[in-house]
Amino acid sequence: MSLLQDTRLHAKPPATAAQRPALAWAEFDNPAAWAVAVILLIMPLIANGFFLIEIFGTTLILGIIALSLMFLAGYGGMVSLMQLTIAGFAGYMVAVFGVSGSANISLSWPWWLATPMALALATAFGTFGGALAVRTEGIYTIMITLAIGAAFYYFTNQNWAIFNGHTGINTIATPHFWGVDWRSDIPFYYVILGTAALCYFAVLYISRAPFGLALQGVRDNPRRMAALGFNVNAHRVAAYAFASFVAALGGVLQVWNYHQISPGSIAVERCIDILIIAMVGGITRPIGAFIGAFIFVILRTFALDFLVHVGLDGNRFRLLIGIGFLVIVFWSSDGVVGLWERWRRSLAGADSRSRGGGHG
Amino acid sequence: MDSVAQRISAVGAGAALELRGVTRMFGALAALTDVTLTVRPGERRAVLGSNGAGKTTLFNCVTGDFPPSSGTIRFFGEDITHFPPYERIRRGLRRTYQISALFPGLTVQDNVYLACCGVSRGRFSPLRPSPNDALMHSTDLLIQAVHLTPIRQQRVSELAHGQQRQLEIALALAGAPRFILFDEPAAGLSPTERRELIEILTSLPSHIGYIIIEHDMDVALRVVESVTMMHNGRVFKEGLPQEIESDPEVQELYLGGGHE
Repeated sequence: MSLLQDTRLHAKPPATAAQRPALAWAEFDNPAAWAVAVILLIMPLIANGFFLIEIFGTTLILGIIALSLMFLAGYGGMVSLMQLTIAGFAGYMVAVFGVSGSANISLSWPWWLATPMALALATAFGTFGGALAVRTEGIYTIMITLAIGAAFYYFTNQNWAIFNGHTGINTIATPHFWGVDWRSDIPFYYVILGTAALCYFAVLYISRAPFGLALQGVRDNPRRMAALGFNVNAHRVAAYAFASFVAALGGVLQVWNYHQISPGSIAVERCIDILIIAMVGGITRPIGAFIGAFIFVILRTFALDFLVHVGLDGNRFRLLIGIGFLVIVFWSSDGVVGLWERWRRSLAGADSRSRGGGHG
Repeated sequence: MDSVAQRISAVGAGAALELRGVTRMFGALAALTDVTLTVRPGERRAVLGSNGAGKTTLFNCVTGDFPPSSGTIRFFGEDITHFPPYERIRRGLRRTYQISALFPGLTVQDNVYLACCGVSRGRFSPLRPSPNDALMHSTDLLIQAVHLTPIRQQRVSELAHGQQRQLEIALALAGAPRFILFDEPAAGLSPTERRELIEILTSLPSHIGYIIIEHDMDVALRVVESVTMMHNGRVFKEGLPQEIESDPEVQELYLGGGHE
């Protein structure tokens, strides 16, 4: 296989598998990660319905959508502003193919047929958008994906035949089988948690597989990737396909959560929210998407009460989110994850300094 | 891609690399003018010339980084003039870059592993390699070949210049190369590192030919059997190393004027 096998260049035996820590699940030996996992699993014992779905469920759903952006931007270097649009497309498809209050639009397919259909169509939609976007780089990728998001928003506003215009589609049915209402708080929480965990570990796993490594190679140096035998654009489109599927999963959960979808759910400012979430959390690590989503949901939910409490107009809650965004990005270009890692490093640094201090 | 029969006939066709009238324009500026060049399989050749002579542009045309404006390029008999770079690489062409073109965010091992993936199947594989994966094995061998085993887990951004140059070479040796283009591999290396480089180049299997761009005549003339001298985007002279070295015109143009 290797040309060097028949040369005298390698006298030493090849390294053993044990010497390959890069392929290990680095996150598994972290006690904090285990603690978070346990808390998330027993959450229904701690939190009531409001907190369970409105805070944690919503966090995980937004986290899944932001994770799809993190995958593209953090590993692939492609900032896509259409991830929420893809999620929204999946949501609309659930409404159109499934059961809803708009009987003239919905085809009333059972959920187990409508959901895969929605996922497949949204993935195709996102892959097509990606195929357009990969011809550009940097700011132009942002512009193209934003344009796709804006176009879809205005299209849903004006199209009544499929998307029911600005009213959107209401009272969308959710899965109901094995005698369980899967939209009731506790089962739905576990559905969301399971999907989020699946997406998170899939992204983590792929990041160390040839596909994910090659994507990071494309991010660092696309020209060299071509000179190593990689079809760079094909790789980018494949990354969009994967990220679209993840975003579509988030979109299906989103529409089950609210039972309705309208152009307001996919407005351009919502697309930008996803970017803010991913940036605040930290765009280089999958966990950043969920941390960012948690901060965003907490601020969105409680900023209004807080502002009213201190005697300000409650509608200014976006101002608070904006200031929070500014503060975090100002202190750390890598969001909260970056702050955390810097803090850990400074602790380790102080530790080694105090130990090595005797030498002057 | 191509069948075994095609490959055999291609090898039989003679030249490893054959350029016919290759011209490359950048706007109104001709970086290469009517370059015709033939390199036999297994042949090792130096390309010399002052800055702006068109040496790196020649490499870019061959690898497809910048396709030629006119002319044809054949690789083992196959016309690759209009192929995208990755198709040329998959056919056994390799190159290194004058300024290291690596993946700074990844480790040494990941860099080499990517190079091995690029020229094999499973480039899109979403599955992590198993511990006894063949590509991982080739990766280990390549890292050893360029003496980087102790720092295989380090990120490339933390590497010293000389180590990056060695990694640059490892990336070009991945898979089964048939012909390699080395773009100033010795640039910025210490005397010890230069000796290591010469050792790596001279111990390559004899069926692998290469073209090396090198300003350091001590390195260049020790590792090649023929020399092409370029000037102002044209082939100026071809011959044996001794002939070129002692050629009065060449000395006037290159060795005499401003050679470090």
